[in-house]
Amino acid sequence: MNRVINDPDHVVEDMLRGILVAHPQLRQYETNPRVIVKAKPSGQGRVGIVTGGGSGHEPAFLGYVGPGLVDAVAVGEIFSSPTAKSFFDAFRAADHGAGVACLYGNYAGDNMNVKLAMKMAASKDMRIRTVVANDDVASAPKAEIAKRRGVAGEIFMWKIGGAAAAQHYDLDGVIRVAQKAVDHCRSIGIGLTPCTIAAVGKPNFEIADGQMELGIGHHGEPGIEVIPIEPAAAMAERMLAPILADRDFSQDDSVVVLVSGLGATPVMELYIFYAEVERQLTAKGLKIHRCYVGNYFTSLEMMGVTLTLLGLDTELKTLIDQPCRSIGMTQAE
Amino acid sequence: MSEHFSTRDGSAIVADLVSVIVANREYLSEIDGAIGDGDHGINMAKGFAHCGRAIEGRQLSLAEALDELTLSLMEGIGGSMGPLYGSLFIGMADEVRGCEDIDAATFTHLLRGGLTSLQDITEAGVGDKCLMDTLIPAVEAFERAHAQGASFGDALDAMKTAASQGRDSTKDLVAKIGRASRLGERSLGVLDAGAVSCCLILTRLADSVQPRLV
Repeated sequence: MNRVINDPDHVVEDMLRGILVAHPQLRQYETNPRVIVKAKPSGQGRVGIVTGGGSGHEPAFLGYVGPGLVDAVAVGEIFSSPTAKSFFDAFRAADHGAGVACLYGNYAGDNMNVKLAMKMAASKDMRIRTVVANDDVASAPKAEIAKRRGVAGEIFMWKIGGAAAAQHYDLDGVIRVAQKAVDHCRSIGIGLTPCTIAAVGKPNFEIADGQMELGIGHHGEPGIEVIPIEPAAAMAERMLAPILADRDFSQDDSVVVLVSGLGATPVMELYIFYAEVERQLTAKGLKIHRCYVGNYFTSLEMMGVTLTLLGLDTELKTLIDQPCRSIGMTQAE
Repeated sequence: MSEHFSTRDGSAIVADLVSVIVANREYLSEIDGAIGDGDHGINMAKGFAHCGRAIEGRQLSLAEALDELTLSLMEGIGGSMGPLYGSLFIGMADEVRGCEDIDAATFTHLLRGGLTSLQDITEAGVGDKCLMDTLIPAVEAFERAHAQGASFGDALDAMKTAASQGRDSTKDLVAKIGRASRLGERSLGVLDAGAVSCCLILTRLADSVQPRLV
C-alpha cells in the first residue's frame, strides 16, 4: 500500500487540515470540526442546503460547499456516514431562517443519522426537509427504486437545489426542484480495480486483472456483472444501455452528462470515454446541453468511471446554468 | 432481596465492554471486509476506545457509564453502528437510571429497553443478517429463563447461548439490509459483523455481571 499519508487512523483530520489552509473560503463550524461551512454564510432568509457523507469521495462532499451550491457539509470517516451530531450541527450552520434542505444519498447509515439529527432539530423548532438521491440504476431493479443508492447524481441535486436557494426559492420550492433533479437523473458505474481504506490496509474487494465490474458501487458494492475489459466505446454502450432503458430521456428538452473518474483513472481516459458517450447519445438524437468531465465524485483510488445523465426541462435548464463556485465545481456567470 | 448486582460498578462493567471491542478490532474488520466495507472493527474500536478514555478513573453508575458510551458512539462514530449501538445503550441506561441494585427483573427491563430504543430507528429484525439476529433471541432467552424461574446467573447463561446461536445463524442468511444486502446470495456463508460485535458485547456484559452477583 503506497500512500501519501501520515497516520492511517487520522487521514480525515489530516485532509481537513489541508483543505482549510488551502481554501480560506471554507471553515469548520464552531465546536464541530466535522462540519465544513462557507466562511461567508448565505444571507438571512435563504434556504440552507446541507449534505453529508463518508470521506474518500473527494471532492465530494465537502468540495461542493460554496456559493450557488451547498452551505454546510457533515464529514464522516472513510466510507462511513457522519454522526447524527454532525448532521445536526450542519443544519444549525445552514439555517438562515428559511428552513434547511438536507440533500443526501441513500445509504443505511446516512438515513439513520439524518433521522436522529432531524429529531434533535425538531426539538429546537428547526424546519428540515430531505431529498434522498437514488440515481444508481445498478443498485436495485426499477420496481425497488427506493432501495437504490445515491451516487454522482447527488451533485446535480446539490447544483439544482443550491441554485434554487440562491434564486430565493422557498423550502418547498427547493425540495421540489431537488427531488425533480433526482427523478430526472440516472447513473451507473464501472470499476476496474478495487480500493483500499488505509486503516484497513488491504483492498476492500477484488477485481481480477483484465476484468471490469459493471454497476459497481461507490464503496465497492458489487455490481451486475464482471466481464473482460472492453474498449471505451463498448464500455460507453454497456453503461448507456441500462440508463436509457430505465428512463426515457428523449422526452426531455436536452440532457446534462456527468462523467466522473473513481480516483485512479487518468483524466485522459475520462475524455476518451466521454467522446464515445457523446457520439452515441448524439446518434440516438439526444441533445447535450452541458457536460462535466473530471474527478467529481471518487472512491479513493478505485480505477473506473461513473456516467450520469440528467434530463432537463425549462426550469432545470435555468438552474443548472446558474453560476456557482466551489472546489468541485465552478461555473461562471 | 433476590440475586442482584450494584449499579455502582458502572465504569468497570462498561470498561469490560470497551476492552472486548478494542481487542477484537482487527477480527471485526476482517469479517466486515468479506461482505461489507471492512471498517466495522475500526469504527467500533474508535468509539469504544473514546468511551474508555472518558470513563477512566471515574466512579460512574451503570446508567452514567452507558450514557458516556452512547455519547462516544453517537458523537464519535457515525456510519450505521453509531446510531444503532448508541440507541441500544441509551435505551438500556434509561431503564436503570434510578436504580441502586439490579436484579433479574430489572435486567429484563434493561435488555428490553435497549431493544425497543433500537427498534425506534430501524425496522430490521431476525433474519435480516444483522445485529438483531443476535440481540432479539438473546433478549428473549433472558426473559424466558427469568419467567421460568431460573436464577439471574442461569438466565445470563441462557442469554449468552442464544446470542452465540444468533450470531452463528447469520452465516446461513442472505443479507437484506445494509451494504451487504446488495450482495444477495453472495453474502451467504459469511457471519455478519454487527451480529458478531453484538454477541461479543452481550457475552462480556453477562461475564462482567455474573461475578458481581450477590
